[in-house]
Amino acid sequence: MASMANQGAPERRPGIPGTPGGQPRGRGLSMRTRQLFWVWGFLALPVLFYGVIRFYPTLNAFWLSLTDWDLMSEPEFIGIDNYTRMFSDPEFWKVFRNTFTYLIVGTPISLVLSFLIAFALDRIRFGHTFLRALYFLPYITTASAMAWVWRWFYQPAPIGFINDLLGRVGIPQMAFLNSTTWALPSIMVTAIWAGLGFQIIIFMAGLRAIPTTYYEAARIDGLGEASILRRITLPLLKPTTVFLVVFSSIGFLRIFDQVYNMTTNDPGGPLGSTKPLVLMIYQTAFSSYEMGYAAAQTVVLFTILLCVSLLQLWLLRER
Amino acid sequence: MNPTASPTTSRSLAMKRIRPGRIVIWTILFIGGLLMVTPLLFMFSTSFKTAAQVYDLRLIPAAPTLDNYIRVLSDGRFLRWFLNSSFIAITVTLSNVFFDSLVGYTLAKFRFRGRYLIFIAILSTLMIPTEMLVIPWYLMSANLGWLDSYWGIMFPGMMTAFGTFLMKQFFETIPDDFLEAARIDGLNEFTIWWRVAMPLVTPALSALAIFTFLGNWTAFFWPLIVTTSQELYTLPIGLSSFAVEQAIQWEMIMTGAALATLPTLLVFLLLQRYIVRGVMLAGLKG
Repeated sequence: MASMANQGAPERRPGIPGTPGGQPRGRGLSMRTRQLFWVWGFLALPVLFYGVIRFYPTLNAFWLSLTDWDLMSEPEFIGIDNYTRMFSDPEFWKVFRNTFTYLIVGTPISLVLSFLIAFALDRIRFGHTFLRALYFLPYITTASAMAWVWRWFYQPAPIGFINDLLGRVGIPQMAFLNSTTWALPSIMVTAIWAGLGFQIIIFMAGLRAIPTTYYEAARIDGLGEASILRRITLPLLKPTTVFLVVFSSIGFLRIFDQVYNMTTNDPGGPLGSTKPLVLMIYQTAFSSYEMGYAAAQTVVLFTILLCVSLLQLWLLRER
Repeated sequence: MNPTASPTTSRSLAMKRIRPGRIVIWTILFIGGLLMVTPLLFMFSTSFKTAAQVYDLRLIPAAPTLDNYIRVLSDGRFLRWFLNSSFIAITVTLSNVFFDSLVGYTLAKFRFRGRYLIFIAILSTLMIPTEMLVIPWYLMSANLGWLDSYWGIMFPGMMTAFGTFLMKQFFETIPDDFLEAARIDGLNEFTIWWRVAMPLVTPALSALAIFTFLGNWTAFFWPLIVTTSQELYTLPIGLSSFAVEQAIQWEMIMTGAALATLPTLLVFLLLQRYIVRGVMLAGLKG
């Protein structure tokens, strides 16, 4: 076809960084220059997108966190007042504690459960696809829809499924979502349930990736199942586990859909006992229209998430 | 993360020993699996019950009725929300499949000044949570008249760093020779990407498409903020407002929840293998 002129020209290889470009050929532009046109043509819209939709808003959020702004008047620079207000606000610390309760209790439970299920499921051949589907199904449901199903389950008897069952076997009723003690664990169960399928699938992929020769060698050496698990499976599964710990932690730190839908008559209630950081951000920004204060809360969330991600990098590097 | 070993060897190894313990494990797993789908089963069951039967714990309704579905669907709102969600999830997915792979390909297969900088810049946006961006996005949308519009719901997700990173990793595995051969044939760079490179990464593309579609289909936070009129609600937002409005009519709420969940369940039942593989792929590489 048309580009016979390019044949055998070494400088048209894309693999050489910083080559100034070959001699002009054919249509007056070197292959290298023409390729650069393509490259920047491909990247023009994406670069614009990331600049305008990601980087500018990030900087904007930092800036807004230093202002007092109700959307009506112009933003007014107030320095770190939003932060001092936040750190002396008992409601913020309550929300902070709630958020970390979701994380610290929810992550280990969901990790242990999903590992045990994945580990067992990996050894099952009969009905494997069917069983896996049962565990995976909740993951692809819509969180806001299923939050309402769970909310129904948690209602007092005779409406609520769980209390009705408890009543039939003579166990006293639980207040679940109406109790300041039990509302948060009840919502957490919903969130764990929704995320479990994903974690099981990822653990199974991690288990499959361990070469069988390791297990064979261990058996020849006479290791029992328990020591194989402890000395081979778990250490080799570490990257998967670290990924899931971080993934699950980030999920719990950003929990919103379930809390919002399960407590619509008193968002984050009762008495703020289930309110996570993201719900507080939502209310500060879009119910009270304190944009500056809400932006400061998002900066705190960003900082926490950044620490979690850096922790992951550090944990994986140390290997 | 890890290279994928062949799954068959480990499984056939496990198969050789059938012990009573295995049956116990199977039974426990089965019961656990049933517990996992209990909320779904009762959601569907209740959607076929009358208000009086809601308190009946039977899974199979005594006198199944389609009345709830007729009532929920009669005012056309659910259909509208379903179409909104479909349009938004499909558009955003197509955009991601196109742009994420274009950028991933460019970063994987070309050498140019600024390549590393652009890669790091895009990757660093993974660290920025949506929640931090919603306030600036909201202000931007208010200024540009994007509030309460399809574009307003869609624009933040049109490209993602996750997708770009995933696609870059897959394009790196394509030998340069394939692309060189196409260049010698005189194809332009766009055609080489679209016709030569893209067909070689279809597993990654389907993984990306599944992830993006599911994420947008179930998205709640940003659509909740940016929409105000019912006609523009997506299914999750619509369902949430519908449920609030129905107060304690649980059979109606369950019907709404069933309608919101049914499309993804059907797709899953049809494409289970691809979806599970896609999630594994995206989860491990991403």
